[in-house]
Amino acid sequence: MYKAYILDISKKLWAAVTDLIPIVVVVVFFQTVVIQQPFPEIGEVIIGILFVIIGLMLFIEGLEIGLFPIGEAMAYALAKKGSLFWLLIFSFALGFSTTIAEPALIAVAKEASIISSDAGLIENNQNTMKTYAFGLRLAVAFSVGLAIVIGVLRILKGWPLYYLIIGGYVLVMLMTIIAPEEIIGLAYDAGGVTTSTITVPLVTALGVGLATVIKGRSPLLDGFGLIAFASLLPMVFVMAYGLFWF
Amino acid sequence: MFDFMMEFVWILIYTLRDVLPIIALIVFFQWFVLKQPIPHLKKVVLGGVYVVLGLALFLMGLEKALFPLGKIMATQLSDPAFIEASGNALTDWKSYYWIYIFAALIGFSTTIAEPSLIAVAIKAGEVSAGTISPWGLRITVAIGVAFALALGTFRIVTGTPLFIYIMIGYMVVIVQTIFAPKRLIALAYDSGGVTTSTVTVPLVAALGLGLSTAVPGRNPAVDGFGLIAFASLFPIITVLGYAQFMSLKNRVLKIKMEKDAV
Repeated sequence: MYKAYILDISKKLWAAVTDLIPIVVVVVFFQTVVIQQPFPEIGEVIIGILFVIIGLMLFIEGLEIGLFPIGEAMAYALAKKGSLFWLLIFSFALGFSTTIAEPALIAVAKEASIISSDAGLIENNQNTMKTYAFGLRLAVAFSVGLAIVIGVLRILKGWPLYYLIIGGYVLVMLMTIIAPEEIIGLAYDAGGVTTSTITVPLVTALGVGLATVIKGRSPLLDGFGLIAFASLLPMVFVMAYGLFWF
Repeated sequence: MFDFMMEFVWILIYTLRDVLPIIALIVFFQWFVLKQPIPHLKKVVLGGVYVVLGLALFLMGLEKALFPLGKIMATQLSDPAFIEASGNALTDWKSYYWIYIFAALIGFSTTIAEPSLIAVAIKAGEVSAGTISPWGLRITVAIGVAFALALGTFRIVTGTPLFIYIMIGYMVVIVQTIFAPKRLIALAYDSGGVTTSTVTVPLVAALGLGLSTAVPGRNPAVDGFGLIAFASLFPIITVLGYAQFMSLKNRVLKIKMEKDAV
């Protein structure tokens, strides 16, 4: 049993190593051939890369044995329970909580508040910047929650995905016309930032789990698509947020 | 060594805090709505511990190694001294070719290493019963991101409005949606959002903001963002293309087999 476990772990470790090789190659190539300068703090970099490899391996292992099964089991149980109300509440809470927890969003929101105050768009003091950054995260988290609710309704009702996506695109285009220029880049980026390390696996598990349970739904056709919503709606909401601030 | 340990403990605490709402959600729904014990509790807890520990290690490694390095190189490549050393003018977009190459390579390599994409690719492989190969999907998405970032950095250098590119991208997606095999549309749409997460976002954000600061006449507030938007749009186009290619290939194979049968 231990032998199989060690084999499994080393397989995952190797997978993590092969995933990182391209990054290391790009960085080494540019540093030595193009920029032609010695590596800064090489010891720390090597330790950091080791951390990334082990972290990546643990993360994937944890997803496979923990989060994916529980996500699917809960979606299955909620769909079987037949309570639309709780399913929608669950969907909203899942989108909201995973987004508010998103490290990439925290980083970008902070960066955006610094840039906006440098450009004189918002007041240059700590409090305003903090409020702006947190409001941005709330706007995004709310829109992701709402997007997951709409996405779940789509899976239940069997609406074709592309209607909603194209409708969303039209909404984004309309908002672009009225939104202030300075928010557009950030708003478009917010779409990609939201759906990150924690959100994606859980939300995908929810979608695939739901589509597996409901009769007449194919996991491939209906199970995916939740993330597409979750990256579309934040654009609209962040542009609205920009209208409110600037 | 002690500082290092302390830092890791802090990152671990932050990761735990970030994951807390999700734990609360799972516990609340299992106990109060479903009124059931959590199935395979031991495995779920073990998996949760792995995820938190893995994420903390991963973020720590990113902060220690990859993020500063990517940032340093982005500044170095858009540094006036570096560009003028090769005898090019700062205002000519062609002078920044190393930036485009760097952006494309970083886009490709970080996407290949992206945990969320790996997770979704595995899922897609399972669900499609093997027609979609996880590796094929990952490479297709990575090519999309590489092209997106090269074009996105070009946009920052030239200062052309972001929405024009995005609108044209949307048009292409809409047209492709009409012709692509229906079963793969949702997957393609999802792959756009999946690409840009914890590995890609800080690296790419640093690149865009650094570049818009360095190029004369650009304003970080207007031009600095947008790279991530590119990186989430183009994979949709390449994955839809991949889907069209696979269905075409299957059709050709079918015709061939029918011919062989005759």
